[in-house]
Amino acid sequence: MTHSKRLGIIGAGKIGTAIARVAVAAGYDVAISGSGPADRIALTVNVLAPGARATVTEEVVRRADLLILTVPTHHFRKLPRDLFTGKIVVDAMNYWEPIDGDDPELAAAPYGSSPVVQEHFRSARVVKSLNQLGYHEFEENRRGPGSLDRVAVAAAGDDPEAVARVLQLIEHLGFDAIDAGDLDAGIALGPDGAAFGVAYNADQLTGLLWPENSSNAERSDERTDRGATVRTRLDRADLKKLASGAAP
Amino acid sequence: MSNPSDDDTFSPTGHGFEFGLDSFGEHATDEKGRRETDAGAVRRIVDDAVLAESVGIDIFSMGEHYRSEHMDSAGHVILAVIAGRTERIRLGTSVTVLSTQDPVRLYAEFATLNAASSGRAQLVLGRASSVESFPLFGFDLADYETLFEEKLDLFTRLLRDQPVTWSGTSRAPLRDQFVYPAIAPDAIPTWIGVGGSPQSVVRAARYGLPLMLAIIGGHPSRFVPYVELYERALGQFGHPRLPIGMHSLGMIADTDEEAQAVHWPTYESVMRIRGGERGFPPPTRERYEMDVTEGALFVGSPETVAVKIAAAARDLHLSRFDLKYDATDAPVVAQRRSIELLGREVIPRVRELLAGRPISSAEARA
Repeated sequence: MTHSKRLGIIGAGKIGTAIARVAVAAGYDVAISGSGPADRIALTVNVLAPGARATVTEEVVRRADLLILTVPTHHFRKLPRDLFTGKIVVDAMNYWEPIDGDDPELAAAPYGSSPVVQEHFRSARVVKSLNQLGYHEFEENRRGPGSLDRVAVAAAGDDPEAVARVLQLIEHLGFDAIDAGDLDAGIALGPDGAAFGVAYNADQLTGLLWPENSSNAERSDERTDRGATVRTRLDRADLKKLASGAAP
Repeated sequence: MSNPSDDDTFSPTGHGFEFGLDSFGEHATDEKGRRETDAGAVRRIVDDAVLAESVGIDIFSMGEHYRSEHMDSAGHVILAVIAGRTERIRLGTSVTVLSTQDPVRLYAEFATLNAASSGRAQLVLGRASSVESFPLFGFDLADYETLFEEKLDLFTRLLRDQPVTWSGTSRAPLRDQFVYPAIAPDAIPTWIGVGGSPQSVVRAARYGLPLMLAIIGGHPSRFVPYVELYERALGQFGHPRLPIGMHSLGMIADTDEEAQAVHWPTYESVMRIRGGERGFPPPTRERYEMDVTEGALFVGSPETVAVKIAAAARDLHLSRFDLKYDATDAPVVAQRRSIELLGREVIPRVRELLAGRPISSAEARA
C-alpha cells in the first residue's frame, strides 16, 4: 500500500479546522474547502489551521485520495453523487436531530448515518471515523505512540484497504486506532452509540466495540456478525510500524 | 464607538469590564424543595434582576427557549417588567434566536424597551444551541444560514440607517421604511453570539459587531484562536477593535464545597436530559469536577470564580463576562446568594485582579 500524506478536508467549520490543525501538526499536506470560494475561508484557515491550504472542494478532491467529510450533516446531499469516485471518504459527521433538524431518512437509518452517506456517494469508499469526540477533546487528547494516556479512535467501513488507510491516519494524528468492523458497525461510534462522546483508551474502546471477544480483539480482524464478510486487516503491530516516525 | 487604548480590556461604553447575569427562565425550588410554578418562575426572575442591580451587576439578560423547563419564551416582556423596577442595570438577551424572529418586530420591541428603560436595551444575536423555534414558527433548519445572514443584514440596517430599503427571501421586502420608535444609530448594543463556528466569528467581524463567546465546555483558553480570528478579521474588514465577551454556566457559594453541593445535582439532571438527547452518556462526578477545575464551569467560592474569570479575561481579551446563574430546581436561596456574591465579592475582586499583573490561565490552575 502506498502511503500518501496528502489529506483533503471538505468543510471548514469547527471540526474541519480542528482536524486540519492536528493533521498539519502530524506532517500531512492538508487542503480544506468550505461551501464557497477559497477566499471566504482563507483567513479562517490561516488563523485556525496555519499550514493548511484553503481552496475549493473540487481542488481538495482532485489532489488527495483520502478525504474527510465534515460539512453540516443536513448538507451532504447537496454535494454531487459522483464527487468522490474512487476516493476514500471519512464520514466525520454526526446526525443530531436537535442540531440538524428532522431528517426522516437519517432518523430511520438502522445503522446510523454512514450507510446513508455511502448510498449517496456510491462510487466512493466511505469509512465512519473521527466523529466520536468533540473537536476540543480531539485536539487535547493526541499523544505520541506508546503514551500511557493515549486515547483510542475507531474506524468502521466495508472496504478493507480504505479502513486500513484511515486506521493509519488515526495513528498518525496521535491516537490508538481501533478497527470497529463494517460500515454498519459505525453506529456504535455516533450519538447514542457505546463508543460516543467519551475519550477511551484502546482496551476500553476495543471492549466496547468487540464485547464478545475483547481479550483477543487486538489481533482479531474477523467479523461475522451483522452480515459482514470475513476479511483480514492490518494488525496493530503493522500500524505501529507504519506510524513510526510520522506520529506527533 | 471609541478606539481602544493599549489596555487588554476595554469597553465601548466606557464602563470598564462589564458583568452580566443570564437567565434561561428555569424553575427554582423553595425551602421545602418544591418546584415553583411557571408563573412563579417568571415573577421570581424579575426579583432576581432587581437584586442583581442592587448588588452592582451591570447587565441582566434573558435566553430564548420553547421548552417546559424554560420560562424565557418571551424574555423581552420580562425585560420590560424589569425595566420598570430598576434604574441602572442594562437589559439584554443572552441569545436571541434571530433566524426565527422577524427583524422588524425585534427592532420595534427593542427600540421600545430602550425607550421605556431610558437607553438600557441591548441584545446578543445567534443561533443558540436549542432549535425548537424552527418547527414552532414554521422555519426549516436547513435554511439556517440564509435566514441568519438575511435577518442580520436587515436588523443591522434598522439599527443603523433608517429608512430601510431591503429585499430578500426570508420576508417581504421593505421600501423606504421607517420603524418606530426611532433610536440614534447603534444606540442598542448588539452582539453576535458564537459557540465555536469560525464562520460566525468572521461574520461578527464583517458586520462590525462585538463578539460574545458561549463557552460551555473545555478550557476557555481553547477559544484563543477564535479571538485571534475575530481580531484579524476586524482589521481585514476595516473595523476598529471591538469588545469580546464570554457567557458560561456557574454558581457561586461561600465555599467551593457548598457551590458544588448545590450545583452538581441540578447540572447532573439537566445534562442527563439534554446530553441524552444528543446521544451523550450521562455526566459523571469525576468529569464534572474536571469541568469545574479545568473547564468552563464557574462553580465555587468568590475567590475561585474571580480568579478563573480574570484568567479567561486575560486569555481572551474580554471586557464582559456573563454568568448563567439559574439552574433547574436549584434552591431560590442558593441562586440569590450566588447573585449577591457575584455582585459584592466576585466583581470587585476581578476588577482588582485585572488592574494588576496579568494572570495567565496556567497560574490560575496552579
